[in-house]
Order: sequence, then C-alpha cells, then structure tokens
Amino acid sequence: MTLWSRFRSWLRTTVRRSRMESEMDAELKFHIEAYAEDLVRKGLPREEAMRRARTEFGGIERAKEECREARGVTFLESLIQDIRYSLRVLRKSPGFTAIAILTIALGIGATTAIFSLVDATLLHPLPYPHPEELVRIEDDLPGAGATDAGISIPEFKDLQRSEIFQYVVLEIFGSANLTGASQPSRMQYEGVSPAYFAMLGVKPELGQTFDPQDQTPGFTLDVVISDGLWKRAFGSDPHIVGRSLRADNDLYRVIGVMPPGFHDPGRTVGERNTEQWAALNFSSANRSLRLPLETVGRLKPGLTVAAAQSQLDALVASLREQFPDDYPADSKWTVRLVPLKENVVGNVRQSLILLLGAVALVLVIGCVNVANLLLARASARSQEMAVRQALGAASKRLVRQLLTESLLLSLLGGVAGLVILFCMKGVLLRLIPESLPRLNDLSINWTVMLIALAASIAAGVIFGLAPARQAGRLNLASTLRVEGRGSKGSTEQTRTRRVLVVTEFALSLVLMVAAGLLLRSFWDLYKVPLGFNPQHVMSVQLWLPSPNDPKTDIYGTAAQEAVFARELLRRSRLLPGVQEAALGAEPSIPLHHDRNRSALIVEGRQTQSKQTPLVERSQVTPEYFHLLGIPVLRGRLFNDGDDEHAPLVAVINQAMAETYWRGENPLGKRLRLGAGRAGVGQRAIKTWITIVGVIADARTESLANASVPQIYLSLYQETPKELAIFLRGDLNASAIPEEVRAMVQSVDPELPVYGAQMLNDAVTASLEQRRFSMDIVAAFAVTALLLAALGIYGVISYIVSERTHEIGIRLALGAQRGDVMRIVLRQGLSLAIAGAAVGLVGALIVSHLMAGLLYGVRPTDPLTFAGVSILLISVALLACYIPARRAMRVDPLVALRYE
Amino acid sequence: MDKPLDLLQGTLDMLILKAVSLGPLHGYGVLLRIQQISKDRLEIQQGSLYPALYRLEHQGWITSEWGESENNRKAKYYRLTAAGKRRLQTEAAKWNTMADVIAGILHTTPEEV
Repeated sequence: MTLWSRFRSWLRTTVRRSRMESEMDAELKFHIEAYAEDLVRKGLPREEAMRRARTEFGGIERAKEECREARGVTFLESLIQDIRYSLRVLRKSPGFTAIAILTIALGIGATTAIFSLVDATLLHPLPYPHPEELVRIEDDLPGAGATDAGISIPEFKDLQRSEIFQYVVLEIFGSANLTGASQPSRMQYEGVSPAYFAMLGVKPELGQTFDPQDQTPGFTLDVVISDGLWKRAFGSDPHIVGRSLRADNDLYRVIGVMPPGFHDPGRTVGERNTEQWAALNFSSANRSLRLPLETVGRLKPGLTVAAAQSQLDALVASLREQFPDDYPADSKWTVRLVPLKENVVGNVRQSLILLLGAVALVLVIGCVNVANLLLARASARSQEMAVRQALGAASKRLVRQLLTESLLLSLLGGVAGLVILFCMKGVLLRLIPESLPRLNDLSINWTVMLIALAASIAAGVIFGLAPARQAGRLNLASTLRVEGRGSKGSTEQTRTRRVLVVTEFALSLVLMVAAGLLLRSFWDLYKVPLGFNPQHVMSVQLWLPSPNDPKTDIYGTAAQEAVFARELLRRSRLLPGVQEAALGAEPSIPLHHDRNRSALIVEGRQTQSKQTPLVERSQVTPEYFHLLGIPVLRGRLFNDGDDEHAPLVAVINQAMAETYWRGENPLGKRLRLGAGRAGVGQRAIKTWITIVGVIADARTESLANASVPQIYLSLYQETPKELAIFLRGDLNASAIPEEVRAMVQSVDPELPVYGAQMLNDAVTASLEQRRFSMDIVAAFAVTALLLAALGIYGVISYIVSERTHEIGIRLALGAQRGDVMRIVLRQGLSLAIAGAAVGLVGALIVSHLMAGLLYGVRPTDPLTFAGVSILLISVALLACYIPARRAMRVDPLVALRYE
Repeated sequence: MDKPLDLLQGTLDMLILKAVSLGPLHGYGVLLRIQQISKDRLEIQQGSLYPALYRLEHQGWITSEWGESENNRKAKYYRLTAAGKRRLQTEAAKWNTMADVIAGILHTTPEEV
C-alpha cells in the first residue's frame, strides 16, 4: 500500500510539478510570516521580525530542494537536466560527436545486420510449428563404408509403426516440364508421402493438402503448388483449386496452394525451391532394396531426440535379429536421427558464429575508440568538472551526467546504425549468397531491434565508464590549482588510454588473423588444381519430358533418345565459335549441387550384395572427358561403339577405384547400379556393366574434396532425361544461350532450355559462401585496423601535446630532433607490440575454434600470424609518425614561452 | 532555562507524527506544538521540518489539505492517516523499549554487575 501511495505521490508531484512548486512556496511563506507575526507580538519591529524569521529558517532553497527530493521528483528532473546539458555539450563539439556517433552507428548497424542473419538462419531456421520435433532420418552402413545410404520400404513401415514418431514421410525430388505457358519451363517437384504437410504442420493458403491417411499406391494425380508457381504460371488465379496443370504432358489437378514463404526443408537450394508436391505411396517388400529417398519425421510430443534415438537403436537391434539375411552383421546397419535444424543449418553454423564474433569484436573496438575520445575530452573538460564540483555539484551527479552523455551518444549511434541498415537493406540482401540455407525471410524484427537497443546501451555503459570513473575521482584542489594543465590525474588517464589502445590492437589482431586465415583458405581453394579445365566452357541444360504413360514418350527408349542426342550434338558443333561439344546427364555438370547417388552392387562381393554403398553416377558422351580435359589413367574412354546395341560399359574415377578395388585392377570388373534421382532416367540397371577405364580424380563434385567416388556410363546406352550440352570454344557468352535455345527448339519446340552458365562462373559461385564470410570478416578486420590506428594516433598525439613543454626543454638543452622522434615512435611501438602480443594469444584460441572453416592452411599458420603482426605494427608506426613529426618540429622558444 | 537539546537522529519523524496525532496542524503549528509539549527543551531546525513533512506525506503516513489558519489565512494542514497511526504506535513502542534498555544500563550500579 505504501508503495502504491508513494508511486501516486511521485506521479502527482511529477505531473503537477508547477502546482507543487507554488504550493511549496505558499507553505513556506506562510511559515515565515506566521513566525514573524509571533515575533512582532513579542515586541520586535516588523522588518526586524521578518529578517529574523528568514535567518532562523535557514536556507530556503536548500529546504525546497530537500522537499523535492523527499517526493522523488529529482530523479526524472535531473535526468531531463542531464539530457539537456548533454545535448548542449554534444552540439558544441560537432566533430567529436559526429565521429563518435558514426563509429557506434557502424558497430551497431553491422552487429544488427549480422544478428538478423543469425536470427533467421541459426536461431529460427525452420518456419514450422514445434521445429524441435522435426528430424531427418539417415541410414548408415559403416561396414560397407556408406553413410546416409537410403531407406527400404519395409524399414519405412517399421518406423511408421514404431511409437517414436507422429509422422514419418519419404521424399523424392525431381523436375518436370511445365507446358502451356508462353515458354515451356522447368519446375522442381517433390513426390512426398501424403502425411508430408501434416508433418510440417503448415496449412495451405487456398484449397487443401493431402489426406495423411491416404494409402493410394503410386503417384496420385492431385498436386499442391507453391505460392510462387501460382503467381508465375497462373497469375494468382483465385479459382485455381480444381484447375489442372500439365507437367511432362501429364494432367494434374491442383488441390491447394501453399502460403508465400513456405519452403521444403531441403538440403540444397534446388530442393528448397520445390514448386509442386505430389502425393506418393511406395510399395516394396524387399528389405535390402535401399531407395535414394529422404526420410523426415516428426517425433511424438515431449520426446527428446536423444530418447528417440535410444528407442530407435533398440528397434534397429531387434530388426537386425529378426532379419539376419537382410542385415548381415558386417554391414553394421544403424539409423541416425539428425535434428532437422542441424541438417538445414549444418555447415554454415561455424561461419555464422564466426561472423557474429567478428562483428562483436568490431563493436567492442568501436566502443574502446569512443571511450578513448571521451577520455581525451574529459581531460580537456577537467577544469569544467572541477568548477562545477566547487560550485556544489555532487560528484555522484557528475558521474551520472557523464554516463548520460555517453548513453545518449550510443543511443544516437544505435538509431543512426538502424537507419543506415534500413536504407541499405536491399544492397545488403543481395550480398548474401543464395546457397546460404535460409527458409525464413530476413527481417529486422522486434528481437533484432531489442538486441540493437541492448547493444547500444551496453556500448554506452562500456565506453562511458572509464571517463565517468575518472571524473568521480577528480582531485578538486589540484585540478583547479594547475588550471587544467597536466597533473597527476592525467597520468592515470594516460594509463587508462594506453590500456584501451592495447586492447584495441589485441582485438584487431585477432580479427586480422581470422581474416588472414580465411583469405589463405579461400586462395588455396581458388588455386586448387581442379582436375578439369573450366576455361571457355559453357553448359546449357534441357529437359526431356517423361510422361507417366510410356507410350506417349517420344524419348522413351535409348534408341529414340540416342537419335535425338546425336542430332543435338551435330547441330551444337555448328553454333558460332564452338570448337568442341559434348552431352551429359545433369549430374555431370561440374560443381552441380544436386546429388545423384545409386546403390553399387559389385559382382562376386557377397557381403555387399545385401547392403550396398552409394556412388555418384552420371552419363556422358565420349567427347565429355576430352572437352573438360580429364585424362584417362588406365583402360580406355568411351567411343562411338558404346551405343545402344553394345554391352554396357562404365568409366570410373581414381577415387572409386581406390575405394572398391584397392590393390586390384578394376578393369574388366562388373557391377550393377540401383536407381538414382527419380523420374530423370536414372533407372536401376539390372544387367552387368563392365568397367573399361579409370580417369583421374577431378573436383567436379566439390572443390574441397577431390575424392568422391564417381561412375560414368555411356549416354547412348543409358539415356537421361535431364541433359546438359557442353560447348567449348570462343563463345559469345551473352548470345550463345539464345542460339542454343533456338537450336534445341528447332529439333523439338516443346523443350525447355535453361541454366546456361560458363563453367568458370560455376567454379566461382561454388566458393561464394566462403567468399561471403571471408569478405565480411576482411571488411571487419580492415575497419578494426583503421579504428585501432585512429586510437593510437589519438593517444600519441595527446602524449605529445602533454609533453610539448618537456620536449621544448630537451631541445633547448641540445637534444637532437631525431631523438625526439625516436622517443615518440618508441612509445607508440611499445603499445602496438603489447597489443599484438596479447592479440596473438587470443588469435591462437580463435583460429583453433575456426579450424573447420579452413582449407589447406593450419590454424597456427606462421606466415599469417607473422604477416598480420607486421602489418599491424607498421600501421601503428605510420599512425604515430604524424604526431612524432609534430613533436620533432616543436619550437623550443614557443614551447617554453607558454609556460 | 537549560540550553535546548539537539534532536536525536531519526526522532523528528516520530515527533511530527505524535504532534499531528493530537489534531490537524500546519507546518508552523507542528513546530509550535513540539516546542510547547517539550516545554522548549527541544531545538528543531525549521529548515529540516518541511522535508520531513514531505517525506512522511510521500510515505503515506500523513496527508495534507489546505484550510484556514487562526488568523484567516490559507495554510496547509497535516493530518495523521490510519497507516501513520500504526506507524506511530510501533515507533513509540520501539522508542520506549530502547529508552528502558538504555536507562537500565545507565542506572546500573557496581554491585549489580
């Protein structure tokens, strides 16, 4: 109750401030006059009575102030006073204010930008309800050297029946040719178990999704489409539900449209950009037939991933016992649950944490710099502070006023940072690589704003504390006596400033080492021998429809498609500038991200006949290897004789030979392949394929990994639906895509042509995520270095101006100007070296933490560490050179006269 | 008359509560009433009276309203609230206990130790 009445009293007095003041005046006036009247009654003359009444009352103003304080008015009052005063002070030195606000704006703006990125990717990566329940289910066969080896349908049914999941769904990705629009176009589709949308927990924008209980075998002809496809191909038709669309010449009925921003939680950009979903039920009783499907599930509510995993382990153990023929002991079949969040974020977590750390360091360095500026100003203002204290200001008030000033600066900086961020949002968004996994739209939401605000306040307190503490300890007498000139107080201040500069240098070194290591990794990857030659090569994709009814497929058989492929090649060679041409399946495009893995069955290997590893597979025409400059190591490449009439042959890479025929001759060995990506002609091959050649490893799968086992089939023998045309020569990159389109459509006008790219660009693009984090960390490091240079410049300048008198005496006594310069430079150097030494320790820790982001360079790379240290110290010397020259040019006469 | 005693730290609040408990008073009246009851043996700093009044009102132990003084002038009158009454009781009880204890100590003779 008292709290409430206190609050009411405070509110009343604060709101009705002027009334309270006049009442207080009236009350005190009444008191004094009443007292004076009593004195008059005792016989004093009226004037004397008034005088005595006033004197005996004591300081009226002090009493009033104490009354106000008793009512709790003063806090707000003095805060407003402080803010007003601070604004006046800041306005009076616009240069300082601008630099401080800009520094903070930079720090807060960059921190907020990176944080919003982290917020959308790391913190809230999955735009589905209860995302913590969603897991990806991966089957491993460590005995056969295979991870994520695909799932068999009986296993899938076991998972559905288990008490672990609410829903388990299978997914398979493919692409289809959407016709009927002005240009035939390709779209990414996904065959999913009917429970897919129920599992993700997302409702459609229009219409409905699939019935989770639907058991219809095979594909249903009902599809759900994305908001993007609805807008692009159907002009946002509000009556879309029930309309049909033609994909690969098949008619599908649209039953629903998903809301904007809905994405499949896929592993690749392609998967996440799925535009059409079709319900699909698989049926197979073969337990050892692993299909290259993705399995995703939603755990029962309240079940942790660890608990689910242990239940799953028990299930797997009992299944292995139950079906010993299907699960030979040496394949060591296990099933692994990976939180979907992990799976989406996975490899970028480290990069993003690094970015966040880097930006936090920049913010701290910015704060330190502003603290330094404030300290410099504090020494100039010590006179003012001393006078204010002598006039009766409590030192507590002064400290509070200084903190108000720095908080005001940081908040202004924070606001400026956010404004800059908002203005530059478009530009910044374009910098983010598309391959960065994000299902959420980046936004500057309330969380992000709150973080920015908190960061601003923290920054204000951090950089305001040092100068404020100093003001609190101001020695009044000595400051006033020496009239603001350097004194004991300023030695301590110089010490604080030195510590700040050393901190700045240490932090900058950490950032620069991180940037240096990333730069070297990037450079190593950039310079890595590719194993293929991307110069002057262009790839263009096209897509042959594969309707559900094989009779309507004009490219249905190898013979039919081989005719088309030969014609395509013949016409491709006639295009302007083309010297060489080849065809391949889509997975043969170097650094193409979509996987196309097939189960590998090697003849005569019993242990692997049941549970098989997966290899990357694709099909190419004989010209492919020569066009890309990949040499043959053993045996032969394909030739024109390896056609639809000849026995199946394969070329494998060195990595595959090493993995499966270590110490043996792989030539002449025979194998079979399971199905690859669905619906694109990557069917299972039941007849034996003979290995005829081994090629050198090329980094066509990943720049960082040279040894991905790969197998190539002859395109004329195993015809794919997703084709790539490769052209080498003196190509006009802007004209050729249209020429290829015209050429392809002159053969068949229904075919979509897309995805034209120079291979060089593909190589660069595959580095874009690394490049992104490297660029940002490098930009931060440069900023940090500049700030540190500014900091050391400020401190050394200050020391020089403090010591002008002393330098004058030295010069007058015959010191050489070179000596003076050396003294100043030595001071700067010692600061920089101290900072570098501390920074090296920090950098070693950080570089080990970021080891996973490095390629080809060790976290302790001496070249980077030495180079960065030298760079840092050189910049420090350069920054000190200007004040050092000023010191050297001190005129002893002038310096002494001013004493 | 002896030299008036300085007020003990923290007792002014209690005295003010007691003074206004006897009937509504304006600030000057509080001063006069305390001097009158104490027979001028206590010295109260006039300047410290008002901050104390404001503090007590802020804490909700007394409340004020404007009224007419004896010589028909506007004056602000303070009155004890229910919470103030309880406060006065506990303060008085505490004070009495304290006074007893201290008096007991001061009256102690060597024989009693």
